[in-house]
Amino acid sequence: MSRFATFHPFARVLHWLMALMILTMLFVGAGMVSTVETKHDWLLAIHKPLGVTIFVLALIRLGFRLTHRPPPLPADMPAWQKLAAHGSHWLLYALMISLPLVGWGMLSAGNYPVTLGGGLLLPPILPADPVLFAWLREAHRYLAWLFFLTFLLHMGAALMHGLIRRDGVLQSMTGTREPD
Amino acid sequence: MAQEPAKTSGPPAHAGWRWALIGLAVAGVAAAFGYVGGWLAPHRLTPSRLVDTLQASGGEHPGFRRNHAKGVCVAGRFESNGALARYSAATLFAAGATTSVVGRLAIPGGNPYAPDSSVPIRSFALRFDLPDGEQWRTGMNAMPLFPVSTPQAFYEMQLATRPDPATGKPDPARAKAFFTSHPETAAFLGWIKKAKPSASYATETYRSINAFYLRDAGGQRHAVRWMVVPEQPPEGDGGPAAGDTDYLAADLSKRLAAGPLRWHLQMVLAAPGDPVDDATRAWPDGRQMVDAGTLVIDGTQPQADGPCRDVNYDPTILPRGIEVSGDPLLAARSAAYADSYLRRTSEEAHVPGTARPGEDKR
Repeated sequence: MSRFATFHPFARVLHWLMALMILTMLFVGAGMVSTVETKHDWLLAIHKPLGVTIFVLALIRLGFRLTHRPPPLPADMPAWQKLAAHGSHWLLYALMISLPLVGWGMLSAGNYPVTLGGGLLLPPILPADPVLFAWLREAHRYLAWLFFLTFLLHMGAALMHGLIRRDGVLQSMTGTREPD
Repeated sequence: MAQEPAKTSGPPAHAGWRWALIGLAVAGVAAAFGYVGGWLAPHRLTPSRLVDTLQASGGEHPGFRRNHAKGVCVAGRFESNGALARYSAATLFAAGATTSVVGRLAIPGGNPYAPDSSVPIRSFALRFDLPDGEQWRTGMNAMPLFPVSTPQAFYEMQLATRPDPATGKPDPARAKAFFTSHPETAAFLGWIKKAKPSASYATETYRSINAFYLRDAGGQRHAVRWMVVPEQPPEGDGGPAAGDTDYLAADLSKRLAAGPLRWHLQMVLAAPGDPVDDATRAWPDGRQMVDAGTLVIDGTQPQADGPCRDVNYDPTILPRGIEVSGDPLLAARSAAYADSYLRRTSEEAHVPGTARPGEDKR
């Protein structure tokens, strides 16, 4: 018997799968633009298909989230923490969807073929335009930074719930049961 | 089953250690990210450091490429004869296929105002636009091999040969020390000592230098290097007039006014044992060659408003049927070209913190 309400199992699976993918993605992105070694090539080859996968999963997850109520936050949580929790969650959703789109748009504006490996090719979503490319490339960088910082905040807050407050918020996503 | 109201029962035991654990987890992930991204690894050779050294040698010329800054756009097509189709599944090699090409002829170096005679090397970059949206980009040079085989050695060579701020010329002692400690440069140095700047782009043979793999329809791969060999015969002695520093573009326009220029795309197939990851080692003569078809160039435009201006000729952008080899220079070219491309497009876009095109510092 769980002491606390948990997220739907599908939501939990998506959460942990995407957490792994997104963290991988952020590290792959930071690594590939900071190296001139051959790993630049294979990191880039991972980055694009992984980004598309995250984008598709994020849309599915958003649809599920909008149709399934998540467990409520503890009633005794301070209002500012609740606001921060909700705000950061919606920010994470926005970034999961916008970062891949900015990346795709940026490659389109740079007139690069958007190759996903195995001969898969995505069509351009923007006209070739170097000025647009530069702005989107910068946006991709700073949005990724924002994503990483939001992730750190999210992880720190989750651990705070699990280790300090011990209010079941972390367990609502891990699905672990409290010992009797 | 009923949900109990969540309650927090005061501070947990060992609260200090628990906070420390949280802090450690967050700081640990942040530090790992900082290391991977290079901010906590200051000695790593990053694309940005590599391009900084090129910029230091060539001067600041906002809006221009950081290397091969001086050049012209050309346009034309590639007419495949089908001979390469058995080695590569790339659709542009099918018999009778015609693929449009946006190209660029240039000279090495970061100064867009350098005299054409300042280097004895010319380069030819091509982007083949395949009908299905795939692209093949290649940057070739009119030289038989590359001076160094790794990005690290390339970086050190830039540092050793860049102009001394005091004299405006490279320090011969530093350059000598570099080349002595890098014996792989000997073959290139032997070549360049005898090389003379050509009077025309049209008469040069341009080579991929780096090796690649072709992948055939059956999945077999074949190590290759390629070159485009001109149909135009070499010039006689009549070189450019003394004092003319921009003769290459003028020569090209004059020739194109008289008709298209043609090169043959020759694929050189490696024999077993030939190095496919070392651009300092040429393959012996007599390797099997396949003439894949004809590159026809029929137009030229200044690069300032030509279609090649906004193309990053990243040699790792390849269609199905062509793949990168293990040559470490290829990834470095891809990474550095991307950095150079972002710098010059950011300057075009007036991104804050970038120099404006036109504010050149020579």
